[in-house]
Amino acid sequence: MKVLVTAKRVIDPYVKVRVKSDGSGVETANIKMTMNPFCEIAVEQAVRMKEAGVVSEIVVVSIGAQQCQETLRTAMAMGADRGILVETADEVQPLAVAKALKAIVDKEQPKLVIMGKQAIDDDCNQSGQMLAALLGWPQAAFISNIAVNGDGAEVTREIDGGLEKLSIRLPAVVTTDLRLNEPRYVTLPNIMKAKKKPLEIIKPDALGVDMSPRLTTLKVQEPAKRGAGVKVADVKELVSKLKNEARVI
Amino acid sequence: MAILVIAEHDNKQLRPGVTNTIAAAVKMGGDITVLVAGKQCADAAQAAAKIAGVAKVLLCEAPHYEGALAENIAALVLSIAGQYTHIVAPASGFGKNFMPRVAALLDVQQISDISAVESADTFVRPIYAGNALATVQSKDKIKVVTVRATGFDAAGAAAVAAPVENLAPVADSGLSKFIGQELSKSDRPELTAARIIVSGGRGMGSGENFKLLEALADKLGAAVGASRAAVDSGFVPNDYQVGQTGKIVAPDLYIAVGISGAIQHLAGMKDSKVIIAINKDPEAPIFAVANYWLVEDLFKAVPEFTRELSA
Repeated sequence: MKVLVTAKRVIDPYVKVRVKSDGSGVETANIKMTMNPFCEIAVEQAVRMKEAGVVSEIVVVSIGAQQCQETLRTAMAMGADRGILVETADEVQPLAVAKALKAIVDKEQPKLVIMGKQAIDDDCNQSGQMLAALLGWPQAAFISNIAVNGDGAEVTREIDGGLEKLSIRLPAVVTTDLRLNEPRYVTLPNIMKAKKKPLEIIKPDALGVDMSPRLTTLKVQEPAKRGAGVKVADVKELVSKLKNEARVI
Repeated sequence: MAILVIAEHDNKQLRPGVTNTIAAAVKMGGDITVLVAGKQCADAAQAAAKIAGVAKVLLCEAPHYEGALAENIAALVLSIAGQYTHIVAPASGFGKNFMPRVAALLDVQQISDISAVESADTFVRPIYAGNALATVQSKDKIKVVTVRATGFDAAGAAAVAAPVENLAPVADSGLSKFIGQELSKSDRPELTAARIIVSGGRGMGSGENFKLLEALADKLGAAVGASRAAVDSGFVPNDYQVGQTGKIVAPDLYIAVGISGAIQHLAGMKDSKVIIAINKDPEAPIFAVANYWLVEDLFKAVPEFTRELSA
């Protein structure tokens, strides 16, 4: 079966972001960018399913600036077969992502879409569920396991109190949680091979969907800083501070 | 202005966070209706009726609302969505799952995980793991909003209980089927409701060593949490995770043990009232957010801490 996965280009999660002084957003110039960690898990899952013989073809999609081609090449070095970039320099919000992906799914007809549960930049946690809704497909968000059997799949979801098992019909959209797998490192030979894999670039207009943002960002600020703390010498002093100063125990 | 709040519950009781979500709805301004959907969940509906600010409770019971499948809950919300200006739910595993489905089918851009309400259409939400706060305005006709519970004080009790009305269920979508849940069993308080949390990181070294934290937690009546690194290393299950991609907590006291303080962990706990950190690395970034910190080997400090509390 064919699988579609998505890969978002984000600021490296280990980089400390800085708010722009004019409050219009965060500094992105000359900052290290990478594939969103949950998208990496999605790509890895698709590749493992292909290695297990469950999946025949992996199409990876990214939406954003021209540099997202690098993100797609990384996904192809991990094992995706071909890439599609919906190229736009404009802000793309989750509803627009879902609409663009729906147009691509309508054309590609995958049996399964695997997406990251959230992007670590806007922390929205919406696109996968929205895509499932627009397609009228079942969804399984935040999965830590998936087993495909014929026209359905059994999935394990991470929920607040533990784990939940669902059986879903295919086609479906699933979104990945941390413990689904540990993504592989890409090797140099695979990076070279990925350069020869097909990468199609399409403009939002060609998809025939309205991708304009619905939310206006009025300002972006730094959160309030916590006051400076106190270093304590030993456990005795710590307990005394908690009892007598902070009065929390 | 009419606001629909979708309540999270276990059929008997409301989950922690629902009262905070209702408090956020009060700030948006308007009549608040709470929807309680589940399998035999009348007790939870009665509890919702007793929260200050609630004008009406809609109770919808059907076998296929067990497990709160996203497809079915979203379809039910959509069946009445047209009557409301705002649709609001907690930004918990429950709300995150079905709310984007509601938003997409209403052709609305959801506003996720708000930490403050500026006005009926303008909200503050953390981005980049809480390292920035964005103020966003929605132009959509219906606002679909999920609420970060720690951003709002819980709503109090109502003087008079609101009326509870029955709502007809929508047919089962048949798209997915609930098989079951395996919930972590613990006598300790829940992470998102605990007054005190003891959390461990990669420095714990193993799952076995979390027993040290459990002993301390039991002394304090605390919940036990963990950093993503500890979950990644397989020490504890994912539902222990505090951070950007786990649970967001703000207890009175947060005790971080063997946690270096990665950006994504700080995102989940830095709104705690008092933070203490125990780490042998004097350069650990966690110290920057701590009210009190102790540079010491946790395997010495934690048992001593537990003993000191018994003294």
